[in-house]
Amino acid sequence: MEKEKKVLLEINHMRKSFDGLDVIRDISLSVREGEVISIIGPSGSGKSTLLRCATMLEKMEGGELIYLGEKAAWEENGKCVYAGKSKMKDIRKNFGLVFQNFNLFPHYSVMKNIIDAPVSVDGVPKKEAKERAEKLLLQLGLSDKADAYPYQLSGGQQQRVSIARALALQPKILFFDEPTSALDPELTGEVLKVIKELAKEHMTMIIVTHEMQFARELSDRIIFMEQGVIQAQGTPEEIFASDQDRVREFIGKFQS
Amino acid sequence: MSTVTMLMQLGKGMISTAEIFFLTLLFSLPLGLVIAFGRMSKRGLVRGISKFYISIMRGTPLMLQLLVVYFAPYYLFGLNLRGYRFPAIILAFSINYAAYFAEIYRGGIESMAIGQYEAAKVLGYNRAQTFFKIILPQVIKRILPAITNETITLVKDTSLAFVLAQAEMFTMAKQIAAKDTSMVPLMVAGLFYYIFNLVVAFVMERIEKAMNYYR
Repeated sequence: MEKEKKVLLEINHMRKSFDGLDVIRDISLSVREGEVISIIGPSGSGKSTLLRCATMLEKMEGGELIYLGEKAAWEENGKCVYAGKSKMKDIRKNFGLVFQNFNLFPHYSVMKNIIDAPVSVDGVPKKEAKERAEKLLLQLGLSDKADAYPYQLSGGQQQRVSIARALALQPKILFFDEPTSALDPELTGEVLKVIKELAKEHMTMIIVTHEMQFARELSDRIIFMEQGVIQAQGTPEEIFASDQDRVREFIGKFQS
Repeated sequence: MSTVTMLMQLGKGMISTAEIFFLTLLFSLPLGLVIAFGRMSKRGLVRGISKFYISIMRGTPLMLQLLVVYFAPYYLFGLNLRGYRFPAIILAFSINYAAYFAEIYRGGIESMAIGQYEAAKVLGYNRAQTFFKIILPQVIKRILPAITNETITLVKDTSLAFVLAQAEMFTMAKQIAAKDTSMVPLMVAGLFYYIFNLVVAFVMERIEKAMNYYR
């Protein structure tokens, strides 16, 4: 029998609202090592907020956030409290995030974008960081772009650099927030291909996406969100054969 | 007075003008950043004080500020400071220009996309690293044209130091003009200011070009 994989991330009863509007209402989710999870759902369903709360760009209002057994946030007297600064720094090292619009540093070359955080945050020797970056660039087909600046690259190339930048810190989980939504249709393929290759290498990934076919091919599990809750989840087969009206309706829109 | 003597004297004044110019930049550029932080502070009191400071500095004549800074120690504390004239000039210019620079910095900092901060945060940069490595270099590129404007104005504003009888170029030119009952020294001084500013504009343009390696 296969050994149970380690739980990397555990979200318990997450809640978040903006100006009185409940965006996340009681979401619980656990992510095991090597899992690839796609989160789908209509705009405003809370997908991105879930990701932003999990990566601590937004503060949740209730619930627990646990990375590798270490509590990053928990509830105390009905309020959500976060871990202290130094512990938070360690917890952050567990994950990386790829943004919809890349957010590369425009004043840094591709190489510097990738090595600066390992060097100045993690204290990796520059030589080692460079070797790591060169490997990543080779893997992502960007070896000739090391000295280029982000503005000189296409959107697809920029997104691949931002994936390399996240991977350079060797995270255990990689989050993607609609990684192809800002790209021209002909450029989405190259980014999706990179993500597929990472899946083959058993990188743990949580991907918010509108690319249904991609989610279907790649995911171990698909989560369908609507109105701040998980409406349905399961293997791609289960979700695409779902008998829930909303799930069928939503998926149907993308397949017509 | 011979032309040569006149040029010598104006040249001497020019050195004093240049001193005021460089020292003011040296102090007001960093001070402006501090005031900009105050202006953007989360604490209402700090923000209020910074806002008030900026409004006073921008809302009253620099010439008056020079007089106040110079005479304040005497009128407030009865102090007769020796050699205070030049430091007073630098102090007055610095606190005045810092207010203008503060607003330029603020505009630049507030124009930065939030995504840059978020990317830095997720990558683990601390607040100081985020500001000095990621935000400030991009801000400087954006605000350079506005800084150039202020810098050029400063060259001409140094002539206000004449109210404290500092022997800078304009004071010298006025003295010679009065003695010789001639406009020529003032015109020559004007030419010197213009050349000074040509150099300033040239240098700033080079810096802007150097920062054009990215967009």
